[in-house]
Amino acid sequence: MSAPAESPHPAASARIPPKLGGAAASGAAAPAGPGPAPHQQNGPAQNQMHVPSGYGLHPQNYIAPSGHYPQGPGKMTSLPLDSQCGDYYSGLYIVPTQNVVTPNTANQQPGAQQMYGRGPPAPHIVGSTPGPFQGAASSASHLHTSASQPYSPFVNHYSSPAMYSANSSVASQGFPSTCGHYAMSTVSNAAYPSVSYPSLPAGDPYGQQMFTSQNAPTVRPVRDNSFSGHSTAISHSSPLPPPPSHQYHQQQSLSGCSTLSWSASGLPSTQDNLLRNHGGSLATANSNPTNTVADSLSCPVMQNVQPLKSSPVVSSVLSGASSTRTPPAANRPVEPVASVTQPSELLQQKGVDSSSTTSSASPVPNSYDALEGGSYPDMLSSSASSPAPDPAPEPDPAPASAPTAPQPSKMAKPFGYGYPTLQPGYQNATAPLNSGVPPSSPVYSGFQQYAQYPGMNQLSSSLGGLSLQSSPQPESLRPVNLTQERNILPMTPVWAPVPNLNLDLKKLNCSPDSFRCTLTNIPQTQALLNKAKLPLGLLLHPFRDLTQLPVITSNTIVRCRSCRTYINPFVSFIDQRRWKCNLCYRVNDVPEEFMYNPLTRSYGEPHKRPEVQNSTVEFIASSDYMLRPPQPAVYLFVLDVSHNAVEAGYLTILCQSLLENLDKLPGDSRTRIGFMTFDSTIHFYNLQEGLSQPQMLIVSDIDDVFLPTPDSLLVNLYESKELIKDLLNALPNMFTNTRETHSALGPALQAAFKLMSPTGGRVSVFQTQLPSLGAGLLQSREDPNQRSSTKVVQHLGPATDFYKKLALDCSGQQTAVDLFLLSSQYSDLASLACMSKYSAGCIYYYPSFHYTHNPSQAEKLQKDLKRYLTRKIGFEAVMRIRCTKGLSMHTFHGNFFVRSTDLLSLANINPDAGFAVQLSIEENLTDTSLVCFQTALLYTSSKGERRIRVHTLCLPVVSSLADVYAGVDVQAAICLLANMAVDRSISSSLSDARDALVNAVVDSLSAYGSTVSNLQHSALIAPSSLKLFPLYVLALLKQKAFRTGTSTRLDDRVYAMCQIKCQPLVHLMKMIHPNLYRIDRLTDEGAIHVNDRVVPQPPLQKLSAEKLTREGAFLMDCGSVFYIWIGKSCDNNFIEDVLGYPNFASVPQKMTHLPELDTLSSERARSFITWLRDNRPLSPVLHVVKDESPAKTEFFQHLIEDRTEAAFSYYEFLLHIQQQICK
Amino acid sequence: MAFTFAAFCYMLSLVLCAALIFFAIWHIIAFDELRTDFKSPIDQCNPVHARERLRNIERICFLLRKLVLPEYSIHSLFCIMFLCAQEWLTLGLNVPLLFYHFWRYFHCPADSSELAYDPPAVMNADTLSYCQKEAWCKLAFYLLSFFYYLYWAPSTARPFGPSLVAPSPHVSIRGTRTETLHGSHAPRRGTLGHYMRVLTILLMVCNLVLIR
Repeated sequence: MSAPAESPHPAASARIPPKLGGAAASGAAAPAGPGPAPHQQNGPAQNQMHVPSGYGLHPQNYIAPSGHYPQGPGKMTSLPLDSQCGDYYSGLYIVPTQNVVTPNTANQQPGAQQMYGRGPPAPHIVGSTPGPFQGAASSASHLHTSASQPYSPFVNHYSSPAMYSANSSVASQGFPSTCGHYAMSTVSNAAYPSVSYPSLPAGDPYGQQMFTSQNAPTVRPVRDNSFSGHSTAISHSSPLPPPPSHQYHQQQSLSGCSTLSWSASGLPSTQDNLLRNHGGSLATANSNPTNTVADSLSCPVMQNVQPLKSSPVVSSVLSGASSTRTPPAANRPVEPVASVTQPSELLQQKGVDSSSTTSSASPVPNSYDALEGGSYPDMLSSSASSPAPDPAPEPDPAPASAPTAPQPSKMAKPFGYGYPTLQPGYQNATAPLNSGVPPSSPVYSGFQQYAQYPGMNQLSSSLGGLSLQSSPQPESLRPVNLTQERNILPMTPVWAPVPNLNLDLKKLNCSPDSFRCTLTNIPQTQALLNKAKLPLGLLLHPFRDLTQLPVITSNTIVRCRSCRTYINPFVSFIDQRRWKCNLCYRVNDVPEEFMYNPLTRSYGEPHKRPEVQNSTVEFIASSDYMLRPPQPAVYLFVLDVSHNAVEAGYLTILCQSLLENLDKLPGDSRTRIGFMTFDSTIHFYNLQEGLSQPQMLIVSDIDDVFLPTPDSLLVNLYESKELIKDLLNALPNMFTNTRETHSALGPALQAAFKLMSPTGGRVSVFQTQLPSLGAGLLQSREDPNQRSSTKVVQHLGPATDFYKKLALDCSGQQTAVDLFLLSSQYSDLASLACMSKYSAGCIYYYPSFHYTHNPSQAEKLQKDLKRYLTRKIGFEAVMRIRCTKGLSMHTFHGNFFVRSTDLLSLANINPDAGFAVQLSIEENLTDTSLVCFQTALLYTSSKGERRIRVHTLCLPVVSSLADVYAGVDVQAAICLLANMAVDRSISSSLSDARDALVNAVVDSLSAYGSTVSNLQHSALIAPSSLKLFPLYVLALLKQKAFRTGTSTRLDDRVYAMCQIKCQPLVHLMKMIHPNLYRIDRLTDEGAIHVNDRVVPQPPLQKLSAEKLTREGAFLMDCGSVFYIWIGKSCDNNFIEDVLGYPNFASVPQKMTHLPELDTLSSERARSFITWLRDNRPLSPVLHVVKDESPAKTEFFQHLIEDRTEAAFSYYEFLLHIQQQICK
Repeated sequence: MAFTFAAFCYMLSLVLCAALIFFAIWHIIAFDELRTDFKSPIDQCNPVHARERLRNIERICFLLRKLVLPEYSIHSLFCIMFLCAQEWLTLGLNVPLLFYHFWRYFHCPADSSELAYDPPAVMNADTLSYCQKEAWCKLAFYLLSFFYYLYWAPSTARPFGPSLVAPSPHVSIRGTRTETLHGSHAPRRGTLGHYMRVLTILLMVCNLVLIR
């Protein structure tokens, strides 16, 4: 829901629960709102909670039924996590929290994150005592959903470690995970109102008991209250007092529905209890009018509960519930309540509403089942969210699907109502939250909110597989008839699906921004994977800029003794002294030092350590990890100064940027810098301190390059700053009259290599033409007549090994080579790129660069340089990816050198580098229900510290094909396919790669058609999770890298391929499938707040000319380029207010800036564009394209759903696929 | 039988086949070394080790590359010789591998002067396991053909074993399987063929031991 708010980190949420249960709940409730939101959320939650508290009787565990409520919020679904925690350490934590918990359940989700940050919000009071806890619970649930947010809550995590640890421990155990899966499936049913309610979460109680002997001692009546209030959720009569975490679960128990289903399958006895409890709770809920929200929720819940016993009845009830829910979904009613309690935060209210719906379930049992239940709510929420076209990006894939498909209406509609309204609220809420959080967070927070939604989807999908009855399929499995679905593209950005895990694990899981898997449900066997015909792989963005990152300094870094895995949230603690590795299952000792928790200053709680509370952590490595002193930051610039380069004028821009950013270059007092220039000779610059001016040394023997003065060419930045500045000021004019047209790039690189060998570092090469002298000289290989050939595209591979070998040598000396290619003619990027590819550098390409003739490129270079020079950098890095025994990695994609089969050697690592890995399943995963992946990146920071950044991702294992399809992350799959296709086009041929792409769609859809759906074969059916697959593949086929028939320069094509290989997923997706927005009617509806700015969130348009109306103006976001297309009859007000020209005719052909006008619409447009621009590695250039201007062809090339001379339209492509399938 | 051209072919093949077997074994070892970095994980992360490791990889790849052409040409030489000797069966057995070699040789990425085994490409786990498998298969094939040349061939071509030193009952009969086996299992002491067999087998064992 209010993902952003939650963003703080799962960990944070974890911390919170014990102490701030109420607060957490409130936070959860107010998904969006940062500060205020939580309060409101709390308020609503409290209300609900109160009612239940009165009832007190229900065992917290049973809450499951209540889970239904959460559906609306979807986000809330995360609940299960708490329950898990409770199981584990319930004894410890639970008691205190329990009391608090009960009331807030409704609020849970959104608030939770917030809660953490803020501590227990005052608003809780409303709820009375129970309120806080609920809030916490909700927060917990949120956490899971908000997993993406993990970083921010750092501190919080620590405070509430118990929760997490509990979760983690649970997770580690085999049981929970499995349960979770099932629960999930059931949950999906729940999402569909009719389905699963009847079943009780019997499993939950068991699970708890089994796991948590600890829990047993404390029994809490309070929960009952909360539960009843919620929705009956959990009838667990279990004597054990539900730990706070449990309460959370309960709240989530909306998801409880799912839990119920579980229970049904699981333990009948428990079911009975549950039913009774529910009934009680219902009654109580009804009786307590005070909590409006709760009542509304509870009422529906009640109905549901009753039906539970008789499943058929249940379904009917559910429908009733859904209807009733709709009002809750509307949440608004609830909101008022919330507002009453906490009047301050309007925005939050919406979030609260959603949260409240979810939270109602809160009473859910601690057990895993509950967790599963949590999944349900997610589902619901997602579905709900989907119907509402959220302006803001929803994380859930489901939402996207939902909008498109009216079918889901049963479920969606009820919820749907609430959601649309809610979303905006969330957004708002999130914004504030963000503000509270670190600066960068705001954006993320928004994301996070969304993220929660996706979780729902996934859950639902998983549920579908598991569901007992004929319950409706999970959203992600809903069959979509592609040829009949006109608007396949959701209105909101597509978010990563959340793995179908229990809430605890979800909370702890790695952010999808850093770590994604193409299949969020891992197939059990290779045979199953083969059947699904889907690619299995990981997409990594390991060095991403993070706003919150736990940094751990410790003498001993705890690692598995056999596989060297770093301890992570998904290990299991067998007892206080031993932990079991989740990758190789070896039991390890917990070192003495690890027993002490520096954050809480407590002893004997290894599970509360930050390493175990966060899936992304950074260790400061001890001296064991370095055999030589960490290298200083060393930068060498190798500049082309031939006639061509001087003519293009890049030197001015580069020197200017360097002068501006000289002090911002990452590094410490040892930082060294050097310069070389070359044309047909090589020039070195002696900048030794003490010289009166820079000394230029020319080496003309390019066949045998040597260093004239090895010691004084790389100088300390601070000692020689004046000389460096002199040089930078002089450089642009030093070569103005040069007549030298040759370029001896190869020898210059050899010299650079020699210069850098002793230390390692970064070499930045600026090149403007084909190298024509000395080693590594290249010939033009491009035949312009072949540019639009539909048959053979040659010369995608390197022409010589020189650059590759040089790169390997550099890599061996810990030197990375970054290439800036600024050329107007063919420069054989395919060969030149090798120098960066294998030395872990990066590649920038500016076709037809000229500082005056092409100002937009010049501006782009300037912005890119600024980012390039100032961004973080890691030196002498290695990255190792480990995965659970049975899985194995093969084929890595990105810029690096593979040193041994799982070790990537990265001379430099930068925050904009993405990687992909293909996986295969070597051994059956039948004896495990979870698999984990761990990426460990060891690097030397620019300050000379050796650091290890560790990301851990945990995913469920499934055994049915349906579940595999339900868990497809279509974006990740497309990015992996794109990487594979690049390899294929280089090693085989472009047409091979294109065929392979088409076959990927044909195979997966036909596999789905023949194995999963029994629908008629005449239609092209895809599961909802895959519905965008054909569209994205078509987009890939029309991408510069793979297109044929359209004139494409070879260098452009090769550059696109390089980008596919090394861009992180988020940026790559924009490149493959641009986003189109209509911007002439931006409104604040659904806007989000970022850094005190209001950012409108216009809906996405499909990439088709049919969407372009002459009366409108459209913005296309292609990742590295923005186009604003102005229709002929575009409203003059818009042109005047935003573009600053009186009418269409007066708008110039080349326009690359929006003027800063003091009008509302201008402000909106600019803030939207700025928001889109933030956090891009390549700063996008803006082009204003008038209809009928020659530049419009470029714009229209990106309309991938339309037919072009050489390529299918989307519909034709579908027919083509259908034909292929029928063959 | 006289010392026919066919007999000569088989003799030469036998010797060269031993060479190919060593190639294959060396390949297997090389790929194994590429695959496993024997250093401890912490050492692996050490930049100094990185350099050594990289040099090692480049060295191995360089050698691998150097061996490609000899191996392929030796094998094609077999085929040509058997073609000339009109040993159709033996030729037939070798032709699939010949085609595979042609495919490997000419199916390299265009534009690259590298034949194969270029360090970044070969370090891909997928490629590596493929090469490893390929090397094992080739080893098996060469071993089988080695024994084929050793036992079957003499009996068909009657080079020197029986014919030169001590004509045996089946000398004049075109070898059947049983006869071949019989001949192989009971070579007569003192024949040239026997010594050759013993010698080559000993050599192979020595080599295997040395390599391991």
